Amino acid sequence: MTLSRMTPAALMAALVAFPVAAADPGKMLAQACAGCHGQSGEGLGSVPDIRGYDRAFFAEVWQDFREDRRPATIMNRIARGYTEDEVAALADYFARAE
Amino acid sequence: MTHLTRRAFGTLLGASAATLAAPGLLRAQSAGRLVIIGGGFGGASAARFARIHYPDVGVTLVEPQSSFVTCPYGNLILGGKRRLGDITHSYDGLRARGAEVIHDRATDIDPEAHRVTLAGGAVLEYDKLIVSPGIGLRWDAIEGYDDAAAEVFPHAWIGGDGSQISTLRAQLEAMPEGGVVALSIPENPFRCPPGPYERISMIAHYLKQANPTAKILAFDSKEGFAKQGLFQDAWAELYGDMIEWVPASGDGRIERVDPANKLFISEFGEEHRVDVGNVIPPQYAASIVRDTGLANESGWVPVDPHSFAAAAARDIHVIGDATIAPPMPKSGYVANSTAKTAVAAALAEVTGRPAWDAPVYFNTCYSHAGEEYGISVVAVFRPTEDGFEAVPDSGGLSPRGPLAEQARNRRLEARHADAWYDSIVKDMFS
Repeated sequence: MTLSRMTPAALMAALVAFPVAAADPGKMLAQACAGCHGQSGEGLGSVPDIRGYDRAFFAEVWQDFREDRRPATIMNRIARGYTEDEVAALADYFARAE
Repeated sequence: MTHLTRRAFGTLLGASAATLAAPGLLRAQSAGRLVIIGGGFGGASAARFARIHYPDVGVTLVEPQSSFVTCPYGNLILGGKRRLGDITHSYDGLRARGAEVIHDRATDIDPEAHRVTLAGGAVLEYDKLIVSPGIGLRWDAIEGYDDAAAEVFPHAWIGGDGSQISTLRAQLEAMPEGGVVALSIPENPFRCPPGPYERISMIAHYLKQANPTAKILAFDSKEGFAKQGLFQDAWAELYGDMIEWVPASGDGRIERVDPANKLFISEFGEEHRVDVGNVIPPQYAASIVRDTGLANESGWVPVDPHSFAAAAARDIHVIGDATIAPPMPKSGYVANSTAKTAVAAALAEVTGRPAWDAPVYFNTCYSHAGEEYGISVVAVFRPTEDGFEAVPDSGGLSPRGPLAEQARNRRLEARHADAWYDSIVKDMFS
């Protein structure tokens, strides 16, 4: 154990953190997005910030990607891999993300 | 306690002292102990995810290297677009999140007793074990290619301490004008299927500026490769006739090397004199999973497609390049994606919280083919009863087409690739 090496902030974070339902489908699905968009969807460099999107708008944009109605480099290819239920779960997750 | 070495006992004493100072934290981590072997894309992602989402579980990460040199973006060092420091990452972020990081090599796993033995003698006990050990090189596969030969003909296919990729870069810089760079590329499966071809591109990118009459001979043990059309379009557009790709049917399989005389010798006995040689040997899973019976006769590890539990041992989950998971590629993104499912599955029993019942796995592999020239392959995967499948009618490659028409896509994908690198590194180490 290296508890003594933890910063006070990390120690506080560990103490006050509440267990979260890790199997929440939205959060687990969003792990795939995190590789480019970041853990909260905050974006980085050329990759857009997708936090706080309205749920309906998120689903609409997704559908546009799926049907190649929206200019895209890779999101059109990604969008076609997910079900409507999964897109709804992602929309919920990123609508709440801060 | 009898199995504990002095070092491990010291660690325990340290823990006791810390526990007195912070009894709340002991309670906060009392749900169990997750030990993770390997601090790369799979292991570091697993450690970070576990610390954030399961703060009541103690996490110990075992990794021999004191910092991590990524294989992704290593090719950009050859292209002169990155330096070693840009792709070297510290474990301090994981420590700050409360993970215990031990820089040692795991030498044995006892699945019955739930113990991991380290080279330094310490013994770690676990409730659940995640093993993300990466690859081993099959030194016996190409005659004459051993540890010493790898100093002359670097593989640069395991990040290690960064010396292999640095050696290859230094050799390219020192190569005589008009010299020949040769690569030996293995059959499938191997780590990072598009990697050798991004490497060819980045070497050409460098030589085009520094040594424009040089040649690149890419000897391949296969008949085709990842993103082949896209790469070959880029090579023709950007590098003229600098690159010659030789498939297996064109005698591309290199069976022997002679480092003293700088020779690559092909299946049919053709001797190729090279100035710089990069041998990417055939691979299997790293030794820790072969030596402990987790790998099967193929040298790779069979896993449950829903949980990544090893077929050979309950309570051990294996992720990353070491696994048998086609059609998923052996990529950093897949290791990162599957790490999180494996953590949720492993810790379901320990914490009483449910695993993810319908996991989806994700991969994007970007490659840099030139300046502001990015291409990609995307896939979404789901588990089946006995394996994995790519979701039909999804994913796929960047569109092909003349550079004049595709310049904007190539530029955007190059920038997205850079953003991917920075973002996934944060998802592992921050």
